[in-house]
Amino acid sequence: MRCGAVCGPAAVSKIIAVSTSRWLRTILIGPTVALSTIIPTAAHADENEPVETAAPPRVELVLDVSGSMRAADIDGRTRISVAQQAFNEVVDALPDGTELGIRVLGATYQGKDKAKGCTDTQQIVPVAPVDRAAAKAAIAALRPTGFTPVGLALRGAAQDLGTGEATRRIILITDGEDTCAPPDPCDVARELAAKGTHLVVDTLGLAPDDKVRRQLLCIAAATGGTYASAQTPAELTHRIQQLVDRAKDSTVKTPALVAGGKECAGAPLLSPGVYTDREKISEHRWYRVPVREDQELRASVSIALDRQVNRDYGVLLRATAADGRELVRGTDAGSGRTDVLSTGLRWSALEPDVESDPSTDGPTTPTHVCLVISNSFASSTASDAPGLPFELTIDVVATSPAPDAPGLGRGWLLLLVLTVAGLLTGALAGWLTRWWVATWRTN
Amino acid sequence: MLIHHQQGHVRLHNRLAAAAFAIACAALLPAAAAAAPSPSPGSATVNRSGTSFLTATAVGVGQPVQVAASTGDYLYWSFSAAAGQITEIALTVSLPPAGKRTGASTWTVDVFDGLRRRQACTAGVQTPIAAATATSVSLGCSLRRVRSWAEPWSGDPLPGTYYIRLSVTDLPEPDLGLPIQVDMLLGAHGDSNADDGELKAPLVPRVKPGEVMAEAGSVHPSASPSPTPDEATEALDWLPDLSARWIWTTVGGVLAAAAGVVGFSLTWRRRK
Repeated sequence: MRCGAVCGPAAVSKIIAVSTSRWLRTILIGPTVALSTIIPTAAHADENEPVETAAPPRVELVLDVSGSMRAADIDGRTRISVAQQAFNEVVDALPDGTELGIRVLGATYQGKDKAKGCTDTQQIVPVAPVDRAAAKAAIAALRPTGFTPVGLALRGAAQDLGTGEATRRIILITDGEDTCAPPDPCDVARELAAKGTHLVVDTLGLAPDDKVRRQLLCIAAATGGTYASAQTPAELTHRIQQLVDRAKDSTVKTPALVAGGKECAGAPLLSPGVYTDREKISEHRWYRVPVREDQELRASVSIALDRQVNRDYGVLLRATAADGRELVRGTDAGSGRTDVLSTGLRWSALEPDVESDPSTDGPTTPTHVCLVISNSFASSTASDAPGLPFELTIDVVATSPAPDAPGLGRGWLLLLVLTVAGLLTGALAGWLTRWWVATWRTN
Repeated sequence: MLIHHQQGHVRLHNRLAAAAFAIACAALLPAAAAAAPSPSPGSATVNRSGTSFLTATAVGVGQPVQVAASTGDYLYWSFSAAAGQITEIALTVSLPPAGKRTGASTWTVDVFDGLRRRQACTAGVQTPIAAATATSVSLGCSLRRVRSWAEPWSGDPLPGTYYIRLSVTDLPEPDLGLPIQVDMLLGAHGDSNADDGELKAPLVPRVKPGEVMAEAGSVHPSASPSPTPDEATEALDWLPDLSARWIWTTVGGVLAAAAGVVGFSLTWRRRK
């Protein structure tokens, strides 16, 4: 019993009080574990930091108004009329305060000059809390005309959304493949995503053919967005609504941008939080985290597959000491279609040195633990393309020491042993008393 | 406790002990393990899902989830689990009409812990293949019992946040982007064993952007401050938390005392 100085009589009442409240708490909490899990809890509750509301997400719809939108193949209606109707319904259903803009491409230039037609993209509704009447009027005025400069429109939309901490989403709706490459829209998407400002492009194909689908899938994958096809007006409305809702919900702050080092020495020093970086195939990225003796390091990494990669792949996250000694590793591998490949690790110094007096030492100086992220992807994408994006989460918490052997027992065997021991002790005591009484009587 | 109870060391079954134990802890025994997750009455249906770990939608046990999505979307949900809990995930995907699909598709439900480490399923169909003509496909996953403590080097499930990811891992490319509907329900059973150590901080990941510190050594780590232990709490650290072990041990003591009295009286009865 580790009593020390506090085990005087004065401390007894305090101990009783504390133990009572502690037990009360346990009694109250214990059986309600099942109950508490029924109630949805905020998964990311972070008690250490004040609650901040992230800026509302900014969304821009990018609509293809090129000549091919005249085709009347969606339930006998033209693609543009279906898109216009869907937009109107979405604008009507928008909650107040949503920052939504609309950009069109191929809407004005009617000539045959490709160079001119391929610069034809305008923002018709600025990204702001939406003005329903103005937005609807702008949509109604659209007439399908020109070329399909998807890449340029994406660049424009990224500019319209500006920078900032809020999530930025582009919803690209098109029916035909880009007729203006270069720039290849997929390269543009990867280049926009590589700028580090959190940008997601969700794509929607209107009655898409194989080429359009492949292009949209590539754009979506490059930015971590989604792809959907719409064959009926209802599908289109439903899907746009879904994407706007989803954008509205994602009120997560953009992770901090960091550039990992080539080796442990001089690698960036990270505090707890979420970071993003990029790593080329077979590249290693190093970071350092200060961890005190009584603290535990937690790290996790998710590498996004933003391009076509070979079938099998893996990720490795290692924590090493400053001298290169490996402390712990986390690894995961997979094959087939996936969005991210993740792994994580925990590490803490073995046992805090109890013998050293903390009052004389003061706070122990933290040791720097190095983290290195490596991958085993293989891809035929040009090697000069920006690396695969990944998300790194760092946390440093109080260490959890190994529990002592439990001081209490359980199980039927325990009851049997105790009962038999009690029986034997009772019998022994009985005989002893009998012998003692007998001796006393004779005397 | 339950495991002992269920597996029943029947050989050692002691009627007296059983009666005493039943009286002592009938109230504390949680209901027997539920077979399949069922929605808890009055819980609101969740119509959302996230598209990444950071945007995962939090759902509770027994809370029905119904989401419309597209084939090929990666759908993320998160839930929190306490020590001792065994979580069961049941998912049903209503597939697009067979006429629009061109082939079979493989669906996968992956579960990750708060550190995004892959978690094993002990039961359930984790990666079913839906035939080209199927109208829906069911997925399931039972997780391991959440430990209250584990060494940092181990991958054991710990209290904190868990992530569920639903994805289609193999299908003909033209089938991507078609509308689907996903129904999900979480069930949980098990009891908390508070006596196997304690994790000081649950595996709840940070979502705030981090800050790169300028220079090595110039800034102290802005880690979450370790809690300053209360003196009285410190003095009571040796005392195990309230758990079934207290009941077992106390009942054992009572039985031993009773047996002692019986043993004592046995030796005296002969004289009469």
